[in-house]
Amino acid sequence: MPGSAVRDALAEAHRHEWAFVLAAAVRVTRDLDLAEECVQDAYAKAVVAWSEQGVPARPGAWLTTAARNRAVDLIRRESIARRSLPLLIVESAASIGHDLDEDIFGDDRLRLIFTCCHPTLSAPARVALTLRLVCGVTTAEIARSFLVSDPTMAARITRAKKKIAAAHIPYRIPAADELPARTDAVLDVIHQLFTTGHTAPTGAQLVRNDLTTQALDLARMLRALLPGNREVIGLLALILLSVARADERLAPDGTLKLLADQDRTRWDAGAIAEGTALVRESLRDGPPGRYALLAAINAVHDEAPAWEDTDWPQIVGLYDHLLRIWPTPVVELNRAVAIRFAYGPAAGLVALDRLADDPRLATYPYLAATRADCFRDLGRHTEARPLYEQAILLTGNDVERAFLKERLQQLSR
Amino acid sequence: MAQYLILIYADERDWSALSPEESAAVYAQYEAFGTRNAAAIRGGSELSPTTTATSIRSDEDGAYLVTDGPFVETKEALGGYYLIDVESLDEAIAVAKQVPVGAGGVEVRPLVEHGA
Repeated sequence: MPGSAVRDALAEAHRHEWAFVLAAAVRVTRDLDLAEECVQDAYAKAVVAWSEQGVPARPGAWLTTAARNRAVDLIRRESIARRSLPLLIVESAASIGHDLDEDIFGDDRLRLIFTCCHPTLSAPARVALTLRLVCGVTTAEIARSFLVSDPTMAARITRAKKKIAAAHIPYRIPAADELPARTDAVLDVIHQLFTTGHTAPTGAQLVRNDLTTQALDLARMLRALLPGNREVIGLLALILLSVARADERLAPDGTLKLLADQDRTRWDAGAIAEGTALVRESLRDGPPGRYALLAAINAVHDEAPAWEDTDWPQIVGLYDHLLRIWPTPVVELNRAVAIRFAYGPAAGLVALDRLADDPRLATYPYLAATRADCFRDLGRHTEARPLYEQAILLTGNDVERAFLKERLQQLSR
Repeated sequence: MAQYLILIYADERDWSALSPEESAAVYAQYEAFGTRNAAAIRGGSELSPTTTATSIRSDEDGAYLVTDGPFVETKEALGGYYLIDVESLDEAIAVAKQVPVGAGGVEVRPLVEHGA
């Protein structure tokens, strides 16, 4: 049984070094499954070695060396069997068996991330593969996060890995002309992880902290690997500024706490300070991207000392901007919400009317809920009632459903 | 290097409705595509329409059933293919994007490699 210092060091190394160790092992194995085996073996060896000899000064380097040695070993033993397997296309061939110097391999995490988020993989596969290979989350945990069975998730991950090998999805950083689009695909995966965690689409929990934490770690990693990218900075800011409020989104009895009712002194001031500084950086030197704008909207909320102080006209302006570069019905709905608070429920309804028949929002609970809120504020309770009922039917999240039922009951008959 | 088959799917009725001048223009586009990607292309051809196809299936007794036509009727049919040899899927997609398929589409399938 390892001591607590070793356990903490292992947990820390799992959270922060997994991608680094795996990416380095892939260089040697050119096979994702084999590389995973080597990384698991390295972490298992660390439990014993660190307990006996103490935690090394650089746990990541220790694990990388252990995983690579194991990889070289396995490849020598299996070299004949491996000849028939399709191998990953790695930019320059790894010098197997030679001096395993750190510099030969460098940091391959970007290659790993871009491979997991390759556009020829299905969107759910990209998310699952990123969690599995970049974050080191077990298949069972990923299955739980996305509310599918273990075999379903295992099959999804296996299928994706097979496609990478058989179709020769290259293990490399995309060429300069492809880089912006491919980076956007990576940001999409992280954003999807974050939004799934921020308000779980189904289930009993409102927030899935495991997923928001993974999204935050990934955004931090990407920020370190692509330091100049303003949308990466914007996404990191967005996640920080949202996570800062996460603990206040639920009342002690587990019911939903609206922004208006939250105790702002309990928001995470450190995350807000870091997030707002990043927002400024992401808005500098050029037209802002979608994540920078979303982050800026969250910064306006986070910086208001009280709900009444919220600068709603500025938020409307930011949504106007966002709608121009990202014209989706969900953005338009959020803009209408801002209009409701900036200029009153009647103005909000006018903005919402344009969306009422949009088929893309037909199953989206927030449209009905927002229209219901506007009617309620205007005292038009008979019009609000069926809309709350509709929203209750559409939401899959138990906490949100309880909140909407409460609202419905409060309407006068 | 890896080999891929680029399968070209298009509506045959569109193709047969073209005037001689129009189809000559399309052939010129394919020729230009072939010249531009000569380094990658290992082979390929236009296929005669599905009305010329013959389907062959064997039953459990080992007897062959030979029938006229394709197995299924779909709007878009396989109309041609290229065999290419490139570094990775990214390069295969870059080549496939240049196929002048018009309103149709292409599918990229890696060939299975047996041994080395």
